[in-house]
Amino acid sequence: MSFINLKNVVKVYPDGTQAIFNSSLSIEKGELVVFVGPSGCGKSTLLRMIAGLEDVTEGEIDLDGNRINEIDPSERDIAMVFQNYALYPHMSVYNNIAYGLRSRGIKKLEIEAQVTNVSELLQIGDLLSKKPGQLSGGQRQRVAMGRAIARDPKVFLFDEPLSNLDAKLRVQVRLEIKKLQRKMGTTSIFVTHDQTEAMTLGDRLVVMNKGVMEQVGTPMEIYYHPKTKFVAEFIGTPSMNFITGSIKDKTFKASSFAVPARYEDKDDVILGVRPEDISITKATTGVKCKVELIEKLGSSTVIYCVDMKENQLCVSTQSRASVEVGDTIHISTNNKALHFFDRETSKALTK
Amino acid sequence: MIINRLTQMFAHFILLLGVLLMVIPIWLAFTSSTHDNVTLITEGMQWYPGPLFIENYDEVLNEKGGFSEEITATGMLINSFIMGLGIATLKVIISMMAAYSLVYFRFSLATPIFWFIFITLLVPLEVRIFPSYKIVSDMGLTNSYTGLVLPLVASATAVFFFRQFYKSVPDELLESAKLDGANSWRFFIDFLVPLSKTMIAAMFIFMFVFGYSQYLWPLLMTTDEKYWTVVMGMKLIYVELYEGVSLPRVGQRFAYIILSIIPPVLIVVLLQRWFIKGLIQTEK
Ligand SMILES: Nc1ncnc2c1ncn2[C@@H]1O[C@H](COP(=O)(O)OP(=O)(O)OP(=O)(O)O)[C@@H](O)[C@H]1O
Ligand SMILES: [Mg+2]
Repeated sequence: MSFINLKNVVKVYPDGTQAIFNSSLSIEKGELVVFVGPSGCGKSTLLRMIAGLEDVTEGEIDLDGNRINEIDPSERDIAMVFQNYALYPHMSVYNNIAYGLRSRGIKKLEIEAQVTNVSELLQIGDLLSKKPGQLSGGQRQRVAMGRAIARDPKVFLFDEPLSNLDAKLRVQVRLEIKKLQRKMGTTSIFVTHDQTEAMTLGDRLVVMNKGVMEQVGTPMEIYYHPKTKFVAEFIGTPSMNFITGSIKDKTFKASSFAVPARYEDKDDVILGVRPEDISITKATTGVKCKVELIEKLGSSTVIYCVDMKENQLCVSTQSRASVEVGDTIHISTNNKALHFFDRETSKALTK
Repeated sequence: MIINRLTQMFAHFILLLGVLLMVIPIWLAFTSSTHDNVTLITEGMQWYPGPLFIENYDEVLNEKGGFSEEITATGMLINSFIMGLGIATLKVIISMMAAYSLVYFRFSLATPIFWFIFITLLVPLEVRIFPSYKIVSDMGLTNSYTGLVLPLVASATAVFFFRQFYKSVPDELLESAKLDGANSWRFFIDFLVPLSKTMIAAMFIFMFVFGYSQYLWPLLMTTDEKYWTVVMGMKLIYVELYEGVSLPRVGQRFAYIILSIIPPVLIVVLLQRWFIKGLIQTEK
């Protein structure tokens, strides 16, 4: 049986807002699962229900084989890192880390050893006597991590713990969290709305949208086989291109596009192509487009263009294409990497 | 630059004026308390200290007063101190707990109850003094410290201030503490109490001065002179002026006033360190 089990969980806030619709999920021991989705989709709500900070309206949450719906957060043995860290402002860093150990009645010597251990691991040894108000954002983040780690809980929960850090530090801490989690082997759930963070951190991702889990899977599954249009659009930068058309005789046809599609005949189909699966061809056989905007990122170049039927398209190429704004180019798609969605249900077509 | 200096000088001038306005009366009372009564009556108040410091203060502190001559100024000072301390301590503790329950325990009547407590601000002690007296005397608490302190320990003002403060404490702190295994009692002791240190110090000062300066209540409550307070005593030395057998004892009177200021000043000085520390070190 899985370590954490959500069974048909529903959350309705007292004011009537339904934040989570019937959601089920199993998380294995030692896994790092990332909840990802746009703002307001219910990631924090789900996490807080697991922590016990919000009541579960319907359904059941199991941890390590026991139903925990009614168990007080203080007894769940779960540690959480908050977005603003929620360090205890009146306590020194040492006491911040030691507090949870103390309230569990651990002996003083053991606490000391544990705090020293953790502070070495996170390289905050020389901050132990400082107050949180005297620390930089990055240091606070470490202390918050230390506080969570020190107790060696059953589960770590992270609610966007990196969003207050600058871009460079974020990448660095992200790596450290991943390493730490591997080392400790503690089951973890990480919430973020940043898809890069999600892709790099997670063993598995849960992509959420408006209170519904759209897809659960490994980063690669989700990237290469998105089950809904929402997932396809949300994961990957720049975003996937979408073109509406129909399938007939194993060919998808849109205003200016025609690509092979091995599906039943169907109207109202959306074709999805990732920008990196489109390339510029020398031959004039490809779709003709006019370049509107170019973003040079160094390692790749992103070209925004419109085809003759005013479809917006985004192309990402590794090569240093010598393209200028206003140029006319011809593009072709990698036909092995096409995605088709039903326009009504937004679900991926099945063969 | 020059304008800047001028405005700065002007500001200092105003501040200085304020300081003088506060300090001069006390200075005059002090210097006058060290002169003999003849000088004071013929020449008015004195600007410089005189020779009778020890004599006057010794007389005031140790002379027995009242009708049955049982109480000295020292005794009254101690009584007032106990009353102020008792009222301030209990007021702070009770209002902190009341505010805690109002803010952190979501029972349905929390808001109406809060407003009900708040409305009691409109009913000062003087209005309810007879019922209060009746209750306290029925409980047999007249002429006791308990009787002096107990009816004054509820404070809507302090409940209000603590409530506002607790409301400003971020929810994540409570949540984080919960996950760290703190129950509601520990959260109160380990978090809210240390976080509201400054608030406690401020409330304590206000409430001490409030308790210390009570007049009507101790007057009603105490028939036994052993429990008289400084403020009551102050009236007594004024009465003597009209009954005057010999010269009015103006010097001693000033000495008494100076003595009566000491306990509140002491409290302020002692607590001010907390107070200022809290103000400087904005805790995030
Ligand atoms: N206490 C509450 N009472 C009522 N509605 C709430 C409450 N908390 C959250 N909601 C609503 O529930 C929905 C999900 O909120 P939640 O905080 O879980 O979003 P999120 O995915 O964490 O978003 P973000 O990335 O912005 O943090 C939102 O529509 C929000 O308005
Ligand atoms: Mg959130």
